[in-house]
Amino acid sequence: MSEWWTYHLSDFLLFSSRTYYRLFEIYNAAIWPAQIAAAGLGLAILALLRRPSAARGRAIAAILAACWLWVAIAFHADRYATINWAAVYFAWAFGLEAALLIGFGVVRIGPTFEPRADRASRAGLAIFLFALAAEPFATPLLGRGWKAVEIVGTAPDPTAIGTLGLLLIARGRGRGWLMVLPATWCAVSGFTLLAMKSSAAWIPPLAALLAIVLAASQTRARRRRRPSLATGATV
Amino acid sequence: MRDEDTLSRRKFLTFVAAAGAAAALRPSRAAARPEAAAARPGPLLTRPIPSTGEKLPLVGLGSWITFNVGDDPAGRDSCAEVMRAFFAAGGRLIDSSPMYGSSQEVIGYGLRKLGNPSQLFSSDKVWISSGTRGPQQIEESRRHWGVPRFDLLEVHNLTGWEEHLPNLFAMKAAGKLRYVGVTTSEGRRHPEVEKIMRSQPIDFVQVSYNVLDRDVEERILPLARERRIGVICNRPFRRGELIRQVERAPLPPWAGEIDCASWAQVLLKFIVSHPAVVCAIPATTRVDHVRENVGASSGRMPDEAMRRRIAAHVEKL
Repeated sequence: MSEWWTYHLSDFLLFSSRTYYRLFEIYNAAIWPAQIAAAGLGLAILALLRRPSAARGRAIAAILAACWLWVAIAFHADRYATINWAAVYFAWAFGLEAALLIGFGVVRIGPTFEPRADRASRAGLAIFLFALAAEPFATPLLGRGWKAVEIVGTAPDPTAIGTLGLLLIARGRGRGWLMVLPATWCAVSGFTLLAMKSSAAWIPPLAALLAIVLAASQTRARRRRRPSLATGATV
Repeated sequence: MRDEDTLSRRKFLTFVAAAGAAAALRPSRAAARPEAAAARPGPLLTRPIPSTGEKLPLVGLGSWITFNVGDDPAGRDSCAEVMRAFFAAGGRLIDSSPMYGSSQEVIGYGLRKLGNPSQLFSSDKVWISSGTRGPQQIEESRRHWGVPRFDLLEVHNLTGWEEHLPNLFAMKAAGKLRYVGVTTSEGRRHPEVEKIMRSQPIDFVQVSYNVLDRDVEERILPLARERRIGVICNRPFRRGELIRQVERAPLPPWAGEIDCASWAQVLLKFIVSHPAVVCAIPATTRVDHVRENVGASSGRMPDEAMRRRIAAHVEKL
């Protein structure tokens, strides 16, 4: 028998791809018409981004927290856990992200969401719009039908991707911490989809990689622009 | 097996008929014909469990991934139909584990729907590192299945075996369990499995064995015969990968010599023809496949020369 290091990724998969997508079909049918409310919340975020302020930033963070909490309970704990024992831990992780969004984004003066003209901001908006408007079409385009569609605020992948996009637009304390769990989920999901040989397996990890690289580049650029304490000159 | 140059007339006619049938049938697993399995050449073959002599059909039913369908009503009904066809074909042993997600509950659903078939041989596992929490997990598993007791419980992937085996032996002594075993799917743990086989009075060992993964032939299978331990074989098709590989080639004419109408039956007969093997446990979501699989429990079995021929042929594909 092969040694463990020769195992394939699919050896760690607990369910078939058919079961995985049926899960989304059944979940969507059970929560309907929550998808409409979720889409409405996505549009509300876009409206709040148009005139940024501290209060609107808190509102965006609160909406995101509600989405992460919903996915934690309604998807991971209630549904995904029936076929994947690890989903209980995913539920806790999504709950933690909700708590962090409340903690950094609502209770404390944490990240503010201010779209700017820089590359990272524009990319962040594009990533959020992709999660909100384009990703739902991925499921039917890949032949799995509308019933299994995944929407920001109700499904984990677009929620994580959309959050990463918004965090690229954000400035302020806690942004980096808030990116950890969404990026980690994108990696987990990517591996799961890869194990199922899904042609969409590259989407979540690419979104995470893009967000991390742009966020790091943004942070470095900001540090270079910060005035030197010794000379007062911009470094 | 006679050399082709000295075939008897009877054997030649049998060969031609089988070859003709094999040629007429598409070798693709995806298009398995139920007639191929239904036209079983002879009674279902069984093998005795070494420790008791109880006979089990050579092919059972695994539930890794295939039965993990969660709360999906259509998925559960589909699994129940697979079980119905399995029992109707003469199958007995169904294997599961707490590690397999909702598979145990789905099996329980199927058993209730089928009126709890009496020929069931229930095989499950304990999969928890804590020995003190083993009994609780076993009881939960039993409730999922809806059986009064398990026929066989195995320590899954040797997890916590030092603590679990004494408890399982105690359950067996108390009549709460009929057989005890251990499982592994990892070659690197074979030395530990051997140690357990030599020192513990287990009835079964479950290992991965198929026409390409034959490590166990060297030590585990001979030791099982020596110690009178029954062998259950998982991953007979390498989770379908082996079937997909071999089906690119046509079924060879000599498959008819061992009454095989498909590659799946050839691959299964390779496994179950080893004298140490009591049962192989392929998993499937399809009724036609389960009939085909159980169909490998009948007809002529490959002898050692044919087994070598099968292995050599598949290795070249």
